[in-house]
Amino acid sequence: MRIALLAASISLALASTSSLAATAYVSNEKDDSISVIDLASMEVSATLEVGMRPRGLLLSSDNKLLYICASDSDRVQVMDLATRKIIKELPSGADPEQFALHRNDRWLYISNEDDALVTVVDTQSDEVLAQIDVGVEPEGMAVSPDGKWAVNTSETTNMLHWIDTSNQTLVDNTLVDQRPRHVEFDADGKRLWASAEIGGTVSVIDVANRQIEKVLTFQIKGVHPDKVQPVGVKLSADGKLAFVALGPANHVAVVDAKTYEVLDYLLVGRRVWHMAFTPDQSQLLTTNGVSGDVSVIDMQSLKVTKSIKVGRYPWGVVVTP
Amino acid sequence: MRQISRHLLLWVAVSLGYAAMSQADSPAAELQVRIAYLAYIPDTGPLLSNVIPEPTDAGRRGAELAITDSNSTGRFLKHAYSLDVAEHDDSASLLAAATALHGQGVRLFVVNAPAPTLRQLSQALGDSLLINAGSADDKLRQSECLANVLHTLPSRAMLADALAQFLTVRKWSRWLLITGPTEDDQAYAAALRRAAKRFGHQIVAEKAWSFDNDQRRSAQAEMPLFTQTKEYDVVLVADERGDFGEYLPYQTWYPRPVAGTQGLTPTGWHKTVETYGAAQLQKRFEAHAQRWMNDRDFAAWLGVRSIASAVSKLRQSDAKAIRALALSDQLPLDGFKGRKLSFRSWNGQLRQPIPLVQPRALVSNSPQDGFLHPSSELDSLGYDAPEVSCNLAAAAP
Repeated sequence: MRIALLAASISLALASTSSLAATAYVSNEKDDSISVIDLASMEVSATLEVGMRPRGLLLSSDNKLLYICASDSDRVQVMDLATRKIIKELPSGADPEQFALHRNDRWLYISNEDDALVTVVDTQSDEVLAQIDVGVEPEGMAVSPDGKWAVNTSETTNMLHWIDTSNQTLVDNTLVDQRPRHVEFDADGKRLWASAEIGGTVSVIDVANRQIEKVLTFQIKGVHPDKVQPVGVKLSADGKLAFVALGPANHVAVVDAKTYEVLDYLLVGRRVWHMAFTPDQSQLLTTNGVSGDVSVIDMQSLKVTKSIKVGRYPWGVVVTP
Repeated sequence: MRQISRHLLLWVAVSLGYAAMSQADSPAAELQVRIAYLAYIPDTGPLLSNVIPEPTDAGRRGAELAITDSNSTGRFLKHAYSLDVAEHDDSASLLAAATALHGQGVRLFVVNAPAPTLRQLSQALGDSLLINAGSADDKLRQSECLANVLHTLPSRAMLADALAQFLTVRKWSRWLLITGPTEDDQAYAAALRRAAKRFGHQIVAEKAWSFDNDQRRSAQAEMPLFTQTKEYDVVLVADERGDFGEYLPYQTWYPRPVAGTQGLTPTGWHKTVETYGAAQLQKRFEAHAQRWMNDRDFAAWLGVRSIASAVSKLRQSDAKAIRALALSDQLPLDGFKGRKLSFRSWNGQLRQPIPLVQPRALVSNSPQDGFLHPSSELDSLGYDAPEVSCNLAAAAP
């Protein structure tokens, strides 16, 4: 009886931790470090030293490797999350800022902000496969779920550049509003969401014809429209909701991903940059550059439940189970 | 702040042989957009403080970079931008060169010249759009607006208001105002007086620098006695050429800071502006010009970028259409200043945050928090709609 109870309580404990034992990794742009957040305790459990000015982060599909854009070190670092050591550095081209990994887990598309290039690196052979001319100040990067498209945004050229991954060539461009920062494909790859920081808008693009289908605008009571500067975009896995980080407006917009209606604005920390879901989609984390913290949004209630102090100028965030 | 070069090169409508031009000449382009950069920078005469020279190509280098930046979008839209440059050391030959360019069909101009020259150009190039990247004159934005001119360079009133807001925040409200002898210095001082009244500061004493003081003493030695007046919190200096103002800091009678054209300086752009993506613009400019970007470069850069942003949106380069779009609220511009920039419909002035800098650091950015405005906080800097007798948006171009 006692043993059974004990076993039951252990399995209960295991069950509750397994849903909460996720770990978040946050790049601190001005601290040259990664803050590791234990999402069970909601505390920073470790701070890892990495290259200079770390910004974009992403995970390998098996969640074992963390890729880090060390912008001022002009390289992409690869960290083994089991040992938390940098195991190799990839030739990224100058000033890598954001990147995206192809579904084949090999082709890494990196935007080189200072050189108006997208560099494609093979993460296994460490070879540069291609360098593609794009607009001035390339920034956002995404690969479509089917692996056919890599899309880059260029901040000064104000365009989305469509790269055909079969031959690594630029085949089309879509003009969007001023200073496009981030692109995100929806789960079935039919639509692409693109934020424009200075334009203050998010464009939803039909991937089939690469034309803009809808332009979203945002109005927050008590916040001047000029301060509404969309950066990060995340779409919920069920395809129902979209979240848009609004920069110095210090809010995240919650958007109905079907009707494109803005449902709510959630107050988070100052100058909110990027976001990541927990693997079970129960929480959304935001990096807040100026206040140096991470806000936790509960997806059930759509309320901000916690803020966690990290390093200086947190920029990117990813979460592993 | 001295922006004026004393060794002016004579350039007669020189076409520039840099990379962007080859793109611009490409026959594949469906829309060729010719923009001319016109400059006349008068000689300022001999200066006391002449140790560190100012760049002689300020303005032009910004316009060149903006052409390259704009061709990056143009390449994908099949729009090709090219720059004609006319730099002259007198107003009359600049006018002749501009008229010749106009004769060749050029209707888009970025002008780096004093107000009287700009007025002449505005008249001579009547059906064109001119972007003023060289004159901070307040009259051009207040009572004597030119219908075909927009301004990317901040006016003196904007600079003075930006400084006065910061001095309010610091509670440095008792000012000693020192003014140089030139008309420009008088105009800068007038902008400071207006700002003092607007933001509740008190000018406890005013002195004119004439340099007919004891000639056996150096300027440095002169300053402590020269600044011995009723007590002040801060010394405001109006010395646009940079003649004597550099000798004020650390030489004031009371141990007080110096601000204005020297010391803590409000400006449209400076090397120390780095946030909101500005670092990338600075890097691109330095690679292009092998020097730091200053406020004239930035104003000329933004002049060309404003035209190009409008062309991208309109898919045509008609001067009147560009002017109309610029004066509507439908042309948000990215100036790396943390928020979208736009032109004021009443006087064509670009509304923009103003950095306050010392030579090697950014001190603050105005508008300061708490200076509210019914439509845009940026309009707390410079002449606001009710203070202006022009209405550019309604005026026929």
